[in-house]
Amino acid sequence: MIPIEYYLLLSAFMFCAGVVGVLVRRNAIVVFMCIELMLNSVNLTLITFSAYFGDPGGQILVFFVMVVAAAEAAVGLAIVISLFRNKQTVNIDDINILKW
Amino acid sequence: MIFEQVVFFFLAAVAASSAVLMLLQRNPVNSALFLILNFFSLGGLYLTLRAQFIAMVHIIVYAGAIMVLVLFVIMLLNLGDGRRLREVLSFKTYIGIGCSLALFTELFYILGMKGRMPLMPLAPNAQDIGTVEFLGKVMYTTYLFPFEITSLLLLAAIVGAVMLAKKKIPE
Repeated sequence: MIPIEYYLLLSAFMFCAGVVGVLVRRNAIVVFMCIELMLNSVNLTLITFSAYFGDPGGQILVFFVMVVAAAEAAVGLAIVISLFRNKQTVNIDDINILKW
Repeated sequence: MIFEQVVFFFLAAVAASSAVLMLLQRNPVNSALFLILNFFSLGGLYLTLRAQFIAMVHIIVYAGAIMVLVLFVIMLLNLGDGRRLREVLSFKTYIGIGCSLALFTELFYILGMKGRMPLMPLAPNAQDIGTVEFLGKVMYTTYLFPFEITSLLLLAAIVGAVMLAKKKIPE
């Protein structure tokens, strides 16, 4: 029998690793992958609670998170491609046209 | 059961270490491969939680579709050497690491405290919840409306991705 805290702690650790990646890495695609990592750690939390409390709502929500992640991947990568086409870089320090 | 714990600790160690290794790679292709390893170990963890259908869908969607898309873009933009991208350790880097360490300490304090949550086993019906039959029944009755809205979201994403990524045709 595995205590529920173990799953939650693993998911918290993965979420924080994703936060470090988003804040520290400068490659837009790696930042993007770190966001996927954060989404997945939340998925793990949802499935953990769903399994321990016997409620299917958590697993259904994971489906919707996956749909949003797939849509986000398609649109986000399209944005990266069009940025690269315009500026020849994916370094997020160089992409600052929206900075006031 | 000891076997279950061994499997859990193995998968958890793989998931945690591949998440950290992903951050440390200079080459984005290596990062993507470590992320795929992380997704596979997460799929195994879903199986230990008796969520069999989600585990399969997770591997198909993430490792099979999303990461292939990411790898395609990395290779399309030819970023493999990392020469174009200088990453320096600056003041901002340490602030970022410090903030996330603070976040983790906070979460650890909340989740890791003994006695906050009672030691409980998996729900007795956990085995039945994860099946395709049960999830399908719930999704097409209780959650039918959100499910239909999902198709709209996907359509918007398809149109948006094509709009953004296509080459501007000169007039």
